[in-house]
Amino acid sequence: MPAGLAESVLDKARRAGCDHAELRVERIRSQAVSLRDGEVETAADDTESGIGLRVVFDGAIGFAATVARDAAAAGDLVDQALEVARVAARATSRRVELAAEDGHGEVEWASPHAIDPVSVPLSEKVALLGDWSRRVLDAPGIDHVAASVLAVTEDKYYADLAGTVAIQRRVRVHPQLEAVALGEGGDFETMRTLAPPVGRGWEYLGGDGWDWEAELAALPGLLREKLASPSVTAGRYDLVIAPTNLWLTIHESIGHATELDRALGYEAAYAGTSFATFDQLGTLPYGSAALNITGDRTAEHGLATVAIDDEGVEGQRFDLVKDGTLVGYQLDRSIAATTGLGRSNGCAFADSPLHIPIQRMANVSLAPTAGPGPSTEELIGRVSRGIFIEGDKSWSIDMQRYNFQFTGQRIFAIRNGQLAGQLRDVAYQATTTEFWGSMAAVGGESTYLLAGAFNCGKGQPGQVAPVSHGCPSALVNDVRILNTKEESGR
Amino acid sequence: MSLPAPQEVVERALAAANGGPCVVIVEESSQSEIRFANNATTTNGRRRDRRVVVVRFCDVEGGVAAGVASQSGDVDVRAMVEAAAADARTSPPSPDASELVEGGADPAFDEPPAEGDLAAFDPVVDDLAGAFDAARSSDRVLAGFLDHQTDTVYLGSSTGLRRRHSQPTGAIEMVARSADGTRSAWMSEAAGDLATVDVRAMDAALAARLGWAERTVALDAGRYEVVLPPSAVADLMVDVANYAGGQDAEEGRTVFSAPDGGTRIGERLSPLAFHLYGDPAEPGLECAPFLTVGASSSEASVFDNGMPIVATPLITEGRLANLHYHRAGAARSGAQFAPPVDNLVLELPGAGGSTEDLVARTERGLLLTCLWYIREVDPSTLLLTGLTRDGVYLVEGGEIVGAVNNFRFNESPVDLLARTIEAGASVRALGREFGEWVNRSRMPPLRVADFNMSSTSAAS
Repeated sequence: MPAGLAESVLDKARRAGCDHAELRVERIRSQAVSLRDGEVETAADDTESGIGLRVVFDGAIGFAATVARDAAAAGDLVDQALEVARVAARATSRRVELAAEDGHGEVEWASPHAIDPVSVPLSEKVALLGDWSRRVLDAPGIDHVAASVLAVTEDKYYADLAGTVAIQRRVRVHPQLEAVALGEGGDFETMRTLAPPVGRGWEYLGGDGWDWEAELAALPGLLREKLASPSVTAGRYDLVIAPTNLWLTIHESIGHATELDRALGYEAAYAGTSFATFDQLGTLPYGSAALNITGDRTAEHGLATVAIDDEGVEGQRFDLVKDGTLVGYQLDRSIAATTGLGRSNGCAFADSPLHIPIQRMANVSLAPTAGPGPSTEELIGRVSRGIFIEGDKSWSIDMQRYNFQFTGQRIFAIRNGQLAGQLRDVAYQATTTEFWGSMAAVGGESTYLLAGAFNCGKGQPGQVAPVSHGCPSALVNDVRILNTKEESGR
Repeated sequence: MSLPAPQEVVERALAAANGGPCVVIVEESSQSEIRFANNATTTNGRRRDRRVVVVRFCDVEGGVAAGVASQSGDVDVRAMVEAAAADARTSPPSPDASELVEGGADPAFDEPPAEGDLAAFDPVVDDLAGAFDAARSSDRVLAGFLDHQTDTVYLGSSTGLRRRHSQPTGAIEMVARSADGTRSAWMSEAAGDLATVDVRAMDAALAARLGWAERTVALDAGRYEVVLPPSAVADLMVDVANYAGGQDAEEGRTVFSAPDGGTRIGERLSPLAFHLYGDPAEPGLECAPFLTVGASSSEASVFDNGMPIVATPLITEGRLANLHYHRAGAARSGAQFAPPVDNLVLELPGAGGSTEDLVARTERGLLLTCLWYIREVDPSTLLLTGLTRDGVYLVEGGEIVGAVNNFRFNESPVDLLARTIEAGASVRALGREFGEWVNRSRMPPLRVADFNMSSTSAAS
């Protein structure tokens, strides 16, 4: 959109009496490719584009959006957003206010990448995934393989009445491969690659940031071993959890629980609330002294990293849990103003030009032990009877973020400080504060990995946000382990 | 909106394909929503969307390949057709290739898209304001979402097929919590016409449920007889349908795989004669009677665009009747073409009575309100985990005697059908977890034995 057109829309909003107005013009290109046993199953290019305008008018929020990009349609958005605000105002008694944020002038930013992953030809993507598929499918004992990549390039123009104009490009890519091995009598197991989705370009699939050769070579043998492994004995175990699994536990039990809009009840009808209520800020014992958590919209290659958020606030890094105590929340401008916490820490995001910005998760990460710290092997060495978990799989947590249950991709028994073969049918179940309170140690920087997901859901209408979580390996004592076959009554 | 008419986009794209095999889909959407929390409106909006999908088919060595381009807004259809063709020409043959669908033009094809309007909210916004006032005066806190969307899809094909379908979709859901946050209750209602929604009645019902929770009972984890209301049943049955892929089952990786290969089609899943099906002509749940597919999967193919959708049973008289296949998959497997349908019905012929009637026949058990955060744990049994939310009540002697703590469950919906003691009459239902994606469902309440509550949850 020409800057002049944006200025005219914002000027119309200003003249109409809006206290705040922000305009986003976006183009989100994505390409999804999936192969099943080496044959193309899905190949689709998509480009979503449009204009979204949010206003605060007479104490109510109004949002309007369109896929049309001409001047008349953009101008109409002001009238439509005002109409929505007027309708909403009929059913409200509390005026919406936004925390102050200075204008930042013109800002240009792009996530670091070498090759735009969406621009890579489909044939090249199919060839690479086909090669990966054949290598794994040719291995003994492997019956089926599904390989896929989702690539996204998000271009966003943002302008607001405070004078911020931000032009940003976010790039992300998520390749994965899952293999299936069949056993006797209908028995089967699956195993997926552990490589996380990242804010990198196509170079990631060539080995920049992940050793694909090693992972693809090891996967068939690991899956054959898993299929032949014993079922776990339910009980309580000490766990060593790799960052490829622990990131998701952080996401669900800390990331969402420290969203202040949730804690204040603004997601009570959908995503839920939080046990970490606002009155406990600064006092809630969230976990052991080893628990240090930050929110960070500046992490390199982070999926939630930006320079300017969707309310014109600079990306920041901030503490959420310090030495085991709750010390902060993730904020947008409305929530920051409601609670008197001052400036927003920049956690507003809309997943589409057609959606309104809401508070979304920063890259929420667990700090490693400073310096070399313990390796994953050293953490395993401290356990006499336990379980080592790699890779995420099934996940679920309650609406206040207390009770969670997770499974994994590769789960090993630990006996006398050594790995003692894989286990099947394993799920771990715990309550958030008990789990993090039992965290005895975290690994050093050498064990740290930035993992994450493309598909964090929140809000109504539903929005999907990409987010990363960095963490080291961790040792957590005395956690309940379920046998999932027994849970199903078999 | 200053966009060309959708029919014009269809014809221009087909013309750009120069008579080559091509399918064009234009989806027009108009949506408005009011969101509220803490007895006040919060994020409210409206939007107009147009999505254009061009599928171009090309002969390649060994078969036919498809290329797909999808864009929103005022698109350059010639560039889209060229991009889709380029992808098709450089792709290997599509395993889901079939002949393109033939047919004529719907009489309504030339009609403009149906328009949504904020006026759809008029009947309920003022009632909502009244509900907020009532809630504030009695220490109740309301949160919820009011949403109305009108979608019109146009599909054109180089075979001459021209189809149009318009679909209104609306819903309201509301949570009431006590001011101290210790009690909560939830209700939802799906409706194409929001004028049929009675917000004040919903608020009164929620207030009554909060009253049920004034007495609380702490229970341990364990297996309980439960009464599942239709919304909870909807969320469980959606997952039965979601995991009913024919190819997945044939490959031995789902609950519907036979132990010695093949599928369990024909096998009895429940001693009760349940029917689980989708049907575009289902009264009150009408939905698109033809297929639109923007990207192929193991269950739906871009080659099948425009195929008529008819009643598709998954379970008939308690037996697995079909699994989802596209035409090419069905032909390979000797199965029936069975695409996903945009509605879902579970019914037990002859069953009658409401959730309250089932409660009245329960000697001791739990009445659930809804289920949340449902995820697959074990595909071999379709073991799902999830949680109860916003109201679990203890039933003794056919009466509700108090509210119970929340639980995490680990259960298979397929097993639940086998353990169902009785079902009520099927009614329109909106699932808490999946209602946003499956707005049109009709489900019965179920009374089920030995529901596995794996642990308690302190959430309230």
